[in-house]
Amino acid sequence: MHELALMEEVRRIAMAAAAAEGAQRIHSVKLTVGRLSGVDPGALAFAFEVVMADGISQGATLDLEVVPTVCQCGGCGQRFEPVDVIHACPRCGELSSELLAGRELEVTGLEVS
Amino acid sequence: MCSHCSCGQPAASVEPTPQHRTLQLRHNLLASNDAAAEHNRQRFAAAGLLVVNVLSAPGSGKTAILEQLARQWLPAPVGVIVGDLATDNDARRLRAAGARAVQIQTGDLCHLEAAMVGRAFDQLDNHGMELLLIENVGNLVCPTAFDLGERLRLAVLSVPEGEDKPLKYPALFKSADAVMINKLDLAEVVDFDRTAALANLAGVAPQAQIFELSARTGAGMGALLHWLSQQRQPMAAA
Ligand SMILES: Nc1nc2c(ncn2[C@@H]2O[C@H](COP(=O)(O)OP(=O)(O)OP(=O)(O)O)[C@@H](O)[C@H]2O)c(=O)[nH]1
Ligand SMILES: [Mg+2]
Ligand SMILES: [Zn+2]
Repeated sequence: MHELALMEEVRRIAMAAAAAEGAQRIHSVKLTVGRLSGVDPGALAFAFEVVMADGISQGATLDLEVVPTVCQCGGCGQRFEPVDVIHACPRCGELSSELLAGRELEVTGLEVS
Repeated sequence: MCSHCSCGQPAASVEPTPQHRTLQLRHNLLASNDAAAEHNRQRFAAAGLLVVNVLSAPGSGKTAILEQLARQWLPAPVGVIVGDLATDNDARRLRAAGARAVQIQTGDLCHLEAAMVGRAFDQLDNHGMELLLIENVGNLVCPTAFDLGERLRLAVLSVPEGEDKPLKYPALFKSADAVMINKLDLAEVVDFDRTAALANLAGVAPQAQIFELSARTGAGMGALLHWLSQQRQPMAAA
């Protein structure tokens, strides 16, 4: 579990962005997380509480956006969202595909005042 | 939702104060690791090294496989950077097998990061070396997201863990260039369903080369060695 370390990075990013804006408070942080990013949303939410508990981020809420996996078929080029851990193309059945989305781990928004 | 009663109406929107604002950002949490990994990759390429990141559950046989590689990758010395929680047992085993091993004491960390590998590489004498193996922390989840600057990623699945591991930990297996099915000498004892394991791997990780081996007996090591030396050739030619 490295969710705590990731959240400390989230806090650094949020604090820097808030400081650059001259903001006094951080109200919410939006995180975009892919299903294949290897983090557990529950553990992220817990770590958020711990890491943001003091200072200008006190009471901030976590807006967690889990984005779907998107593949592009290596056979026919079809784009699809796999329904299973086996990323079979729904059009031609090909198993090998390129991952277009699904590994995201990004801070994508901040609400401040 | 309305916070006063259970009417189900959307809550009245709070008039944002003038200074209340939403910032759009796009900041990758792994950006600093990715940058360190890229730096490692350039150093490894400049040193002419094939660098391999080895991942598995605890006890799947990473160290045992690396010991075999260190003994059999001749005549060049093999380098190993090994992440170990508390002890230096793995590093000692690897040195006894002839590897030049540098240990990273990971404490309670669940994965290696690129910057740690860079610092360990500073301590490694890579003169005459062709192959550098990185033994990651035994964990099927956390190491997956952390690029170390490797050229190849190898996952180990040992027979007693069961043939459905790839279905339970797809992200790791999907990121692997090769999967080693280890402890084949135990296949009968644990009633290993080889067909199911291969089918699961073909489904989850169609990109991966599969090697079936026993680090205990040495069976199947030849194919892995051969593949690794082939992977090195485009570099040697460059
Ligand atoms: N029977 C059998 N045992 C093996 C084989 N490979 C490794 N082992 C044994 O499995 C145990 C774990 O092997 P290690 O090489 O230490 O595994 P590891 O993945 O490096 O473990 P950690 O570093 O703790 O995650 C040891 O007792 C090894 O002797 C194999 O092919 N067959
Ligand atoms: Mg080991
Ligand atoms: Zn297709």
